[in-house]
Amino acid sequence: MTTTTTTSQPSELEDVRASTATDKRRVQRTELWRNRGLLLPAVIFLILLTQIPFLTTIGFSLTKWNLLYPNDRAFAGFDNYTSALTSGDLWPSIRATVLITAFSVTLAVLFGLLFAVLLDRPFRGRALARTLMITPFLIMPAAASLIWKYSMFDTNIGMLNWVFRSLHLPVVAWSTEHPMATVVIVLTWQFTPFMMLILLAGLQGQDKGILEAAQVDGAGTWRTFTWITLPHLRMYIEIGVLLGSVIILQVFDPIAILTKGTGGTKTLAYLLYERAFIGLDVGQAAAYGVVTVVLTIIVATIALKSVFKVFMAGGSR
Amino acid sequence: MNGSGSTTRSRQSARGALTTLVTWVLVLVFFFPVFWMVLNGFKPESLASSVNPTFIFKPVTEGYQLAMDRGMAGYLQNSLTAAVIATIISVALAIPAAYALSIRRVKNVENSLSFFISTRFMPLAAIVLPLFMIFKTVGLLDNIYMLAIVYGAMNLPVTVWMMRSFFLEVPYEIIEAARVDGAGMFREIVRIVLPLVLPGVAAAALISFIFAWNEYFLALLLTSSAARTTPPFLGSFVDGRGQFLAVLSAAATIAALPVIIAGWAAQKQLVRGLSMGAIK
Repeated sequence: MTTTTTTSQPSELEDVRASTATDKRRVQRTELWRNRGLLLPAVIFLILLTQIPFLTTIGFSLTKWNLLYPNDRAFAGFDNYTSALTSGDLWPSIRATVLITAFSVTLAVLFGLLFAVLLDRPFRGRALARTLMITPFLIMPAAASLIWKYSMFDTNIGMLNWVFRSLHLPVVAWSTEHPMATVVIVLTWQFTPFMMLILLAGLQGQDKGILEAAQVDGAGTWRTFTWITLPHLRMYIEIGVLLGSVIILQVFDPIAILTKGTGGTKTLAYLLYERAFIGLDVGQAAAYGVVTVVLTIIVATIALKSVFKVFMAGGSR
Repeated sequence: MNGSGSTTRSRQSARGALTTLVTWVLVLVFFFPVFWMVLNGFKPESLASSVNPTFIFKPVTEGYQLAMDRGMAGYLQNSLTAAVIATIISVALAIPAAYALSIRRVKNVENSLSFFISTRFMPLAAIVLPLFMIFKTVGLLDNIYMLAIVYGAMNLPVTVWMMRSFFLEVPYEIIEAARVDGAGMFREIVRIVLPLVLPGVAAAALISFIFAWNEYFLALLLTSSAARTTPPFLGSFVDGRGQFLAVLSAAATIAALPVIIAGWAAQKQLVRGLSMGAIK
């Protein structure tokens, strides 16, 4: 009797242990599905509204499809891409997109850095100055472009030309004489606050002790800035440049309002709009949409890397 | 020694005053177009559209009245509907997702995060044609709710990333304590986590509202009349024959004001939203 009980005891224990192990696994599995369940609605929503439409755009781009001839719709292979290259629309458009993005982002970073440095030092009314400075980024872009077009650039009533006239300089018809500059000025104006905010955060995160030590060691303001502050800001400049680039690569509003794509400012987004909604050529327009994505991927790949680096360093649990 | 110290100090303060002056001049020049827009909105049309600018005048609300007479209220209403619904959608979907990506720790957090961010970087130009065709086929073109849903998707990635950065700041001990007390997941989110991250949720909602309110490209292409929002409507104040700067400025001021106020209120959180939570 006693022997049987003693031998049965360990096996019972094992049974219990085995059942808790499967329980644990079951708990883990339900846990895993519960976590996925939290994520799924957002993922499904995005797949439905962005991924599937994008795949459909690729499909469209391989189709001969003009809404003027709805019955003449057929698979076209890469015809839309080859005609994009041969029609001479694509390269100028890529050029316009890249140039507008490069100029606007560079200028916005430079001005943003200037304002960040100026608004980082304490002075009377700093909070108000910062509040005023962020406003251009908040203004509805369509409103900003319209206001610039008529109250700043206009040959008769524009303030810029009033200043020119006052200085006895010739009046400039901005959007026709300098279309690229016109677009870049408005974009720079809108994105300078964006860069300023990012760089200001960088300046505020700087170790004040190191700056003081540099001052004590006799490094001048300029040397302290170039040797200590700028390297510290590098990461922030990178984030600003890359996020700004990805947004401005898609730029549409100032083109549509200021230049209508004339004078080398026809960005890919505007070209697509023209082909699809004026030319009604869905297949061709879709091909431009796909090219926009390729261009964005090139920039975003670089963007992802550095944003990730920062994010993962600061926030993994 | 003492004397030279005070002269360097006074030289320093003179330099400081000069820098402050330069700062203010630059800030005011930069801000000028906004100031000018507001000022022109309160001018009679003849003054606003005159060749020589006027700074001192008797303010009138002519421009604002004219903007409203042209039916601006309806477009503002559409903008509000689209922005509010888009914000509700993106916040409602982002809270559980951000929770799963921060506190719950699903497998492959990095993959999920890349998925969201790559969607954020997807150009609208790449998705607008199929959306247009589908909406047209099922008769939902020029429908404000469809525009709102698309905006919800447009804002969702930013909202998720931004909220995650706030969720990560919730002290783990608090959550553990709640779990020990036997709080279920739903209660854990609603009772423990949400109250702690409420400022973050509010900031994400504000960012989402700003992007939706200001959006132009999709609004221009997916709406035409009944559902048209404010940004594409603003262009209609441009009159090829007559003067229009006062009414255009008034309309632009009305259109820009909600977001300017929201942005000023959320100034501290703005940079976090713009950098998708990467910078605090």
